[in-house]
Amino acid sequence: MEDQNKLLHEVTQRDYRFGFVTDIATDTIVKGLSEEVVRIISAKKEEPEFMLEFRLKAYRRWLTMKMPEWAQLKIPEIDYQEIIFYAAPKEQAKYESLNEVDPELLRTFEKLGIPLEEQKMLSGVAVDAVIDSVSVKTTFKETLAERGIIFCSFSEAVKHHPDLIQKYLGMSVPYNDNYFAALNSAVFSDGSFVYIPKGTRCPMELSTYFRINAKNTGQFERTLIIADDDSYVSYLEGCTAPMRDENQLHAAVVEIIALDRAEVKYSTVQNWYPGDKNGKGGIFNFVTKRGICKGVSSKILWNQVETGSAITWKYPSCILMGDNSVAEFNSVALTNNFQQADTGTKMIHIGKNTKSTIVSKGISAGHSSNSYRGLVRVSPKAENSRNYSQCDSLLLGDTCGAHTFPYIEVANSSSVVEHEATTSKIGEDQIFYCNQRGISTEDAIGMIVNGYAREVINKLPMEFAVEAQKLLQISLEGSVG
Amino acid sequence: MLVIKDLYAKVEGKDILKGINLTVNAGEIHAIMGPNGSGKSTLANVLVGNTNFEVTHGSVTFNGKDLLAMSADVRAKEGLFLSFQYPVEIPGVSMVNFLKTAVNEHRKYRDQPPLSAGDFLKLMREKKAMVQIDSQLTNRSVNEGFSGGEKKKNEIFQMAMLEPTLAILDETDSGLDIDALRIVSNGVNLLKTPNNATILVTHYQRLLDYIVPDFIHVLYEGRIVKSAGKELALELEEKGYDWIKKELGE
Repeated sequence: MEDQNKLLHEVTQRDYRFGFVTDIATDTIVKGLSEEVVRIISAKKEEPEFMLEFRLKAYRRWLTMKMPEWAQLKIPEIDYQEIIFYAAPKEQAKYESLNEVDPELLRTFEKLGIPLEEQKMLSGVAVDAVIDSVSVKTTFKETLAERGIIFCSFSEAVKHHPDLIQKYLGMSVPYNDNYFAALNSAVFSDGSFVYIPKGTRCPMELSTYFRINAKNTGQFERTLIIADDDSYVSYLEGCTAPMRDENQLHAAVVEIIALDRAEVKYSTVQNWYPGDKNGKGGIFNFVTKRGICKGVSSKILWNQVETGSAITWKYPSCILMGDNSVAEFNSVALTNNFQQADTGTKMIHIGKNTKSTIVSKGISAGHSSNSYRGLVRVSPKAENSRNYSQCDSLLLGDTCGAHTFPYIEVANSSSVVEHEATTSKIGEDQIFYCNQRGISTEDAIGMIVNGYAREVINKLPMEFAVEAQKLLQISLEGSVG
Repeated sequence: MLVIKDLYAKVEGKDILKGINLTVNAGEIHAIMGPNGSGKSTLANVLVGNTNFEVTHGSVTFNGKDLLAMSADVRAKEGLFLSFQYPVEIPGVSMVNFLKTAVNEHRKYRDQPPLSAGDFLKLMREKKAMVQIDSQLTNRSVNEGFSGGEKKKNEIFQMAMLEPTLAILDETDSGLDIDALRIVSNGVNLLKTPNNATILVTHYQRLLDYIVPDFIHVLYEGRIVKSAGKELALELEEKGYDWIKKELGE
């Protein structure tokens, strides 16, 4: 303990030498990554020893790892010494009024039908205290607390529920899992924490939008969701509005743990800045998402609609450990202009009678590249397991690319794995048919694409589904001449 | 209503229409007949603005406006409807959603507010009864898995929903058995008013037993070579298109 204090003291004393800049509005450290930086982050967050150890193990491991090159992606070199790895949430507004915000962004808000106050919040305009939303948040927190549900930022959880963190952190995604997960484990800033107690059904959809301090969780987000025995939760990540973010590199980690007979539904609509029409700028999104169906008859569902980011590297996966556990992956990934996406899932069957379903719908337009990469592995012990995979690709125009990389490994003879794949093009004749009924080409494409993705969109919570539909249409604007 | 003057058009670089002249007035039914490859379907597609067909010369006015200057969706909203020879399937898009969008786009063009869900469904029920289309069909995706006859019935149903001023029926009779032909023709006749007009594009005389035209035009090698009243159909049926070719001195 004394050692620890000494170390902390040293680190905090040394802060200044490393150019710690502290003022009221911002709180950042010097750019670059080193063991010192990892220690500073942990110290700044007043973390317990086990967290620092976790970070340091991850950092040391990361140093020995190489950026993965197997994806169907062209990734420009990333200079990790040019990145600032810690920035506390900034309270300061970027703009005084919406007039200063990029009109293109406002036009998109308009089309999505986002309320004005929310528009301001999303684009970083100073917002007056909105009585309504404050009271909504308060009622929300009370309802959850009554049932013993914990829903807070990761940092708060580390402070108030260190036992849960210590027990479950890294269970689905170990610190040394992959290059980006190791990086995240070393430097993650904040994120969300959810714990649903035994026998509890979460009475509402949990959305980061309602979480106080959800703004600016940063480039290295960490989410941990634990569903105890016989519990249920539906979690919504992100926001359908386009988030402009100066951070180019994002490497988040999401871990889900479902215990006996628990069910977790995780829905994402990802709409980060994809770069401009010529492929300049945009977010690089390297995400590790994994759930463990740890308990018997547990269930994890990943639903995602991905339209943003310049580069997406993301494979929400499930380890079906408990007997009779069930996993689903439903995905729509849309790429336009010069976007690149290499996304898919892994279903690892370990328990008996486990069942997984994969429905992947890729949509490519412009000069984009869209790949599905999936692994279905059935271990020798996973008797009578089943997987059904369906991977469809839809192409708009002839300058885009779609690829499918399904890997299937089955190590017992009582299991059944099915894989179906299709590739189709939006036909000019379909668009013309809509035109002839008075529907403009843009609306026709939106309608056809949404029809194609309907199976997945229907799995999203209602209000998410409506916005996802609009989003697909907006993301394809101007993609067909 | 429709005035076509000296219209020339190409498909894939090949001249198909070579100087079409035709005038259609409100309340009239015109039949365009002719052997295969004479340009019947090309004419239909050119009128509704299919961009695979290139107009090289001539003019078309529709209710006094320059039709050729309009995009396909605007032509539709101006009141032009094509019953397709081969209606395409649009998987995942429900008939209800498709038609609701179409009807409301038409309304928006006329500065009318969109129909409420209730009013729209009521309208659908009325029109379904009128054209005797199976309720099940409208619960499915657009034309997906429809039989040939169902697709054609569905075209007439859409026509009933959109109430065009000029409907072009491209080979609507092809692939129909006699019962379906009767239902389809019946629908077209019921939709007929003194304010709208119909162009029937057909290879065979049989459709004209059910929908009686005011005028018949014979299209041959990209030109209308003969126009007459409905009696021309019987003559064609009896003598075949060779008779026309002979008359033209070929």
